Amino acid sequence: MTREKTDFWVGLFVLLGAIALVFLALRAGNMSSFSFAPTYQVKAHFDNLGGLKVRAPVKSSGVVVGRVASIDFDNQRYQAVATLDLEKQFEFPSDSSASILTSGLLGEQYIGITPGGDDKMLAQGNEIQFTQSAVVLEELISKFLYSSASKEGGGNAAPAPEGAPAKTQP
Amino acid sequence: MRSPVLSIAALGKRVRQRITGLGAFMRLAGGILARSGIALRRPGLVSQQVHFIGNYSLLIIAVSGLFVGFVLGLQGYYTLNRYGSEEALGLLVALSLTRELGPVVTALLFAGRAGTSLTAEIGLMKAGEQLAAMEVMAVDPIRRVLVPRFWGGVIAMPVLAAVFSMVGVIGGWIVGVLLIGIDPGAFWSQMQNGVDVFDDILNGVIKSVVFGIAVTLVALHAGWTAKATPEGVSRATTRTVVSGSLLVLGLDFVLTALMFSS
Repeated sequence: MTREKTDFWVGLFVLLGAIALVFLALRAGNMSSFSFAPTYQVKAHFDNLGGLKVRAPVKSSGVVVGRVASIDFDNQRYQAVATLDLEKQFEFPSDSSASILTSGLLGEQYIGITPGGDDKMLAQGNEIQFTQSAVVLEELISKFLYSSASKEGGGNAAPAPEGAPAKTQP
Repeated sequence: MRSPVLSIAALGKRVRQRITGLGAFMRLAGGILARSGIALRRPGLVSQQVHFIGNYSLLIIAVSGLFVGFVLGLQGYYTLNRYGSEEALGLLVALSLTRELGPVVTALLFAGRAGTSLTAEIGLMKAGEQLAAMEVMAVDPIRRVLVPRFWGGVIAMPVLAAVFSMVGVIGGWIVGVLLIGIDPGAFWSQMQNGVDVFDDILNGVIKSVVFGIAVTLVALHAGWTAKATPEGVSRATTRTVVSGSLLVLGLDFVLTALMFSS
């Protein structure tokens, strides 16, 4: 076989490998969900992040509007800080609230943004003031058990704690 | 019956031989890397080897990938069906292939298909005293014979592993969507949600590169140190498959543990 013919087949072989990788990245992987749209960053403090991970989606009304850029611990306020990369094309009023939600019963956790009514919009470096922590399943179950136990115990038992307190903080 | 002193001596001799063998292996590997400049100066030599090692292995890799994908589709459906989550079949097939089966099964097939032919070729060159003749003509046989084959194997292996994974995913799709009737949208979207480009696909590529280096080096070393007789060449070929496969499986454990820990 001549040199040129060999090179042609080798080129075709390597090209096939490249096509296979691109197929895996785009068709089987999450490469196509990578967004290169310009973004702005906002911060949000949470009492409890639950199982939130970096690169988890940020959704509003179920539409992905950004991603979690980083997760840190604020040692002054003893709270978790999540930095969110929001896409520039989506703007939210500055009194919008962020809550940590779970998709489905056992699905991954994401941040949901509920728009507020302010005229001012969130901009680069702002902080989302109103946040709601992740629901921790163990706390929920223990509350449920506690309240049902106190109901069975009759009136003299300790009063059932109120439902999950909305952990909003100013 | 041998006296205990003698058998201890024999044991010590074997251990010493193993350590010497390991040292010779590493020295050969270092020699190949140090002389790798020729791969850039004469890329034609490397491309010839990629053609010989890669293109000719393509068919067996693609067919094996297809069947592994079929089997993953059937077996995965059998398990997932019990939990009522058949839609996750695409995720199961893609994750098992890109993370594990693609690189490992390709490396095992690669040791059997390409590694043995490399060993036999070099062993026969040695038996025919071609390597000695090269040295007489002041041609360095490591530079001229081993280096192009090494880089040919290192280039071919990740390409073959990627093709294996791609064909396997298509095989899983054929069984899952076309034969069993899982919803194609759920099949692909579950896969895309669960497979990460860096954590899963890139790690699989890293694995396949490491396996390519390991298997090719073992094959070259076995041929290089083969006894210059027909029996010696046949033993060297067997050694390529046995040590190559064991090395791949051992390295796979180490690499997976490293990747999980990070």
